[in-house]
Amino acid sequence: MAEPLLSLRGVKTDIGRYHILHGVEFDVPEGGLTMLLGRNGAGKTTTLRTIMGLWRATAGEVRFAGRNIAGLATPDIARLGIAYVPESMAIFADLTVQENLTLAARSGPPDQKRLDWIFSRFEALKRFWTLPAGNLSGGQKQMLAVARAIIEPRRLLLIDEPTKGLAPAIITNMIDAFRELKDGEASLLVVEQNFAFARQLGDTVAVMDDGKVAHTGSMAAFAADDALQQHLLGMGMGEHQ
Amino acid sequence: MKKDWLPLLLIPAVAVVALPLVGSPTSWVTLTAAGLAMGLMIFVMASGLTLTFGLMDVLNFGHGAFIAVGAFVAASVMLALSPWMTVDSLWLNLAAVGPAVLAAMVVSGVLGWGFERVIVRPVYGQHLRQILVTTGGLIVAEQLLKVIWGPDQITLARPTALRGAFLLGDVAIEKYRVLAVIVGLVVFAALAITLNRTRIGLLIRAGVENGEMVEALGYRIRRLFVGVFVAGSALAGLGGAMWGLYQETVTAAIGAQVAVLVFIVIIIGGLGSVGGCFVGALLVGLSANYIGFIAPKVALGSNILLMALILLWRPQGLYPVAKR
Repeated sequence: MAEPLLSLRGVKTDIGRYHILHGVEFDVPEGGLTMLLGRNGAGKTTTLRTIMGLWRATAGEVRFAGRNIAGLATPDIARLGIAYVPESMAIFADLTVQENLTLAARSGPPDQKRLDWIFSRFEALKRFWTLPAGNLSGGQKQMLAVARAIIEPRRLLLIDEPTKGLAPAIITNMIDAFRELKDGEASLLVVEQNFAFARQLGDTVAVMDDGKVAHTGSMAAFAADDALQQHLLGMGMGEHQ
Repeated sequence: MKKDWLPLLLIPAVAVVALPLVGSPTSWVTLTAAGLAMGLMIFVMASGLTLTFGLMDVLNFGHGAFIAVGAFVAASVMLALSPWMTVDSLWLNLAAVGPAVLAAMVVSGVLGWGFERVIVRPVYGQHLRQILVTTGGLIVAEQLLKVIWGPDQITLARPTALRGAFLLGDVAIEKYRVLAVIVGLVVFAALAITLNRTRIGLLIRAGVENGEMVEALGYRIRRLFVGVFVAGSALAGLGGAMWGLYQETVTAAIGAQVAVLVFIVIIIGGLGSVGGCFVGALLVGLSANYIGFIAPKVALGSNILLMALILLWRPQGLYPVAKR
């Protein structure tokens, strides 16, 4: 069996006095999309931030492409080819759309072909290219946050609730974009509350509960098991469609 | 987004309102020139501090140390080259002032590098400790200045070419103030170009908004911060040298005295905003000179009053930086 691109083993994270992650274990296979699900407060965002080095793991291993990255600084982790889209989007509001994307393209000016592909998915970014990002609507900011992560090819994308606040038409575009990415160059680990979206896109799933991973497996099997969904998420996926 | 011109318009508004209160147009022109010169010198000293706060949330109460060191180093070089300062030759005068200013910037920059490593770095993210240790750093620096240069104030005469005034009809504008305005505008232009036209400037602007996200994009913000801290310290040294020549005396307390104005300016401007710092500095310079002339008894509190009024209008300062 091929080695997973990302593998978490026994990862514990404390924030101040609080123990948030209690030994998280799951894999993200190369070239697929793994959905990280769970109730609010289960530790999904903390898991992404720990992988990114924004919060330090107090124990355990975060292996990326065979290398333990748990002790690395955030910029070094990013430079290994991991991009991160936080739930808050964290766009630079005083910078223009163009400047946001220029900054994200570390290796030089953004590639025009790549930009055209992004514009085909997120047309608003072209329209508001020279405007400060703070002027964008919530959905457009989300598009920009995702575009920033994919402006250059990356091996792994960590995306926290990408569909939050988005109109259905934009969600469709995002689904198409993520499909193309996972079929091409990248693997994705996506935290999502929109189960219809999760089911359409996910290849594998890891479900968190109380700072641990309570279930891993294929998304198809999970989507078909209403009792398991009810047990782990408090409701079946069918209720979210 | 529409440009926010209102704060910028405050500058001519303050000048226009002051005209009838001052009464004499010639005095008004003189005061305006003095206010602009003072404001731009404060801007030179404050610009680095506002950026370091914006980038790393560092409250550096020791910034005055770089101003004082700049003033003392420049004074020492100029005193050593005093024959060139007193001769009636612009070029020889500049040959004395140039190296003095350069030395002030280099020494303040190096001191800033050491200050960041030894004093600031251990207290990242801890505001109360930052205030305590950087204030301590300022006190230690002041005492060291007294040890090295002695406790007495140094009298620093301006070079011959920068003494006197340009006469425009009845209006007299001091030559040194014109130079201060030119230097201040050059520094502002250089900062504006760096921040708006270069990749490093883009990184600084992004880092001021959300340093964590800049790191997540793969950039080492701490290195950037050290660079900005050193550059800001060097600019404070330049400002200190200019302020010493402006006052024509240098004392160990010069940094602490000016630091009060510097903090007022960066708060008025909006912490982290270089544009706001520029506008705030000009407002402080102008209002201090106008009020000093119109109502000398309230001159001391005029800057605090200005800050209070602006914060009542815009609680985050004139140009608040969008923070994460």
